[in-house]
Amino acid sequence: MAIKLPIYMDHHATTPVDPRVLEAMLPYFTEKFGNAASRNHSFGWTAEEAVENARAQIARLINATPKEIIFTSGATESNNLAIKGAAEMYREKGNHIITQVTEHKAVLDTCKRLEKYGYQVTYLPVERDGRINPDDLRRAITPKTILISIMYANNEIGVIQPIEEIGRIAKEHGVLFHCDGVQAVGKIPVDVQKDGIDLLSLSAHKIYGPKGVGALYVRRRNPRVQLAAIIDGGGHERGMRSGTLNVPGIVGLGKACEICMNEMATESERLRRLRDRLKAGIEARLDEVYVNGSMVHRLPNNLNMSFAYVEGESLLMGINDVAVSSGSACTSATLEPSYVLKALGVGEDLAHTSIRFGLGRFNTEEEVDYVVERVVETVNRLRELSPLYELAKEGVDLSKMQWKAD
Amino acid sequence: MAYSEKVIDHYRNPRNVGSLPKDDPNVGTGLVGAPECGDVMKLQVRVNPVTRVIEEAKFKTFGCGSAIASSSLATEWVKGKTVEEALQIKNTEIVRELNLPPVKIHCSVLAEDAIKAAISDWKRKSGLAEAAPTGAPAAAAPAQE
Repeated sequence: MAIKLPIYMDHHATTPVDPRVLEAMLPYFTEKFGNAASRNHSFGWTAEEAVENARAQIARLINATPKEIIFTSGATESNNLAIKGAAEMYREKGNHIITQVTEHKAVLDTCKRLEKYGYQVTYLPVERDGRINPDDLRRAITPKTILISIMYANNEIGVIQPIEEIGRIAKEHGVLFHCDGVQAVGKIPVDVQKDGIDLLSLSAHKIYGPKGVGALYVRRRNPRVQLAAIIDGGGHERGMRSGTLNVPGIVGLGKACEICMNEMATESERLRRLRDRLKAGIEARLDEVYVNGSMVHRLPNNLNMSFAYVEGESLLMGINDVAVSSGSACTSATLEPSYVLKALGVGEDLAHTSIRFGLGRFNTEEEVDYVVERVVETVNRLRELSPLYELAKEGVDLSKMQWKAD
Repeated sequence: MAYSEKVIDHYRNPRNVGSLPKDDPNVGTGLVGAPECGDVMKLQVRVNPVTRVIEEAKFKTFGCGSAIASSSLATEWVKGKTVEEALQIKNTEIVRELNLPPVKIHCSVLAEDAIKAAISDWKRKSGLAEAAPTGAPAAAAPAQE
């Protein structure tokens, strides 16, 4: 079978809209264009019905009830609403928040802003495998702690945190637990009851839905969680998020959740096989490649590898018909290598050589084999060009060399 | 990021890749950058001791496409020049030739440093050394860091 180029293997960044999702959305742009808040005519009722149907589809996927789903513009907003909204609402109870160092910037930067407003934030470290130590969490909790915010699975390394245990610890101490579920929801079973999650952020475009729509699960029972709104207006979404609902987007998010739920068991197994094939293919033919983060507690579609002696951006340039991403400084806006890899204790030299592969619904075995070929051939070529590879082969210990860096 | 045609050309077909025997008295070796910074360049020149002309130049680079292109271009430019002429090569000329965007200027700086380090090493070996015994040239304060 002929392969269509370029190949997209960066599904942690975004995903294409599934044709079934698009089909469900289309009528809501044109003939069913009503405002879901219009209570007095059929256009409004049709839109409202579609929104309520989507709410139920999302709730089913995460074992919540429809009323606990608040629609937002995406997971960045959901994370902001959860953290800032809880911080403001529970200010009387305390001003301490616990999170961890490999969170997405939408959580870290939100916490940083709260620090400016007088909140105290503890950033838990992670172990070498990318997971927090639950004992560190226990020790960090104080009588002033109001919120724990820990992601389900990491966007760079796919590592899954010990969520059930975190949920249990939060409950034991009467602290709310917010979880950024963007990378996990729809890919692996996420159950807000079993996991003890009080607030869960999710996004449509990571699960084959459209960009610009997401949701926040807000627990209504045991305990009933209240949030101060960060967007005020018409009092939509139980007053927690005003603004006319993005009905086509919401319909798409709902449909995307339904498809994920129906296909998760088979699809996650298929992705795991493809991912393992990719890993085995690379490891069989290249020495000195290192997986970053736990292989046990990991999303089935993620592989993050460092290719020693080959800088990440130059590797991306060599495999330019394959879309993946790198933890190299040169590919980041800040010109710093990945803070996630750094937190794992991956040396900066190896962080510069990392590549993230994110497999998805439409990737095939043929594509995986093609990617293996391209990666192997490019790494070999660039190693021939690498003074570090040459030194290492001569037996020089690179870590002991005196580098004349600027 | 979109690369210029010239960067892509040097990346795909790097000129003068390889190594010269570093113990050869006529060979100067410059190794600049650091793995933690994501850029390491090794540039070597073989100098005719009589004419002081650089007869051969080789490089190996760990770094992004622009770093590879900058060092590949540097080897092309130094070849056939006397060491004095080669020392006149400025990073800004590399930037212009390769159309490097501002975030990649440090690649050109490193290439200029590599030329200076290689020549300085050759001078040291030939008993023509200035004060600086090894590596990065103190005088080569580049425009940009």
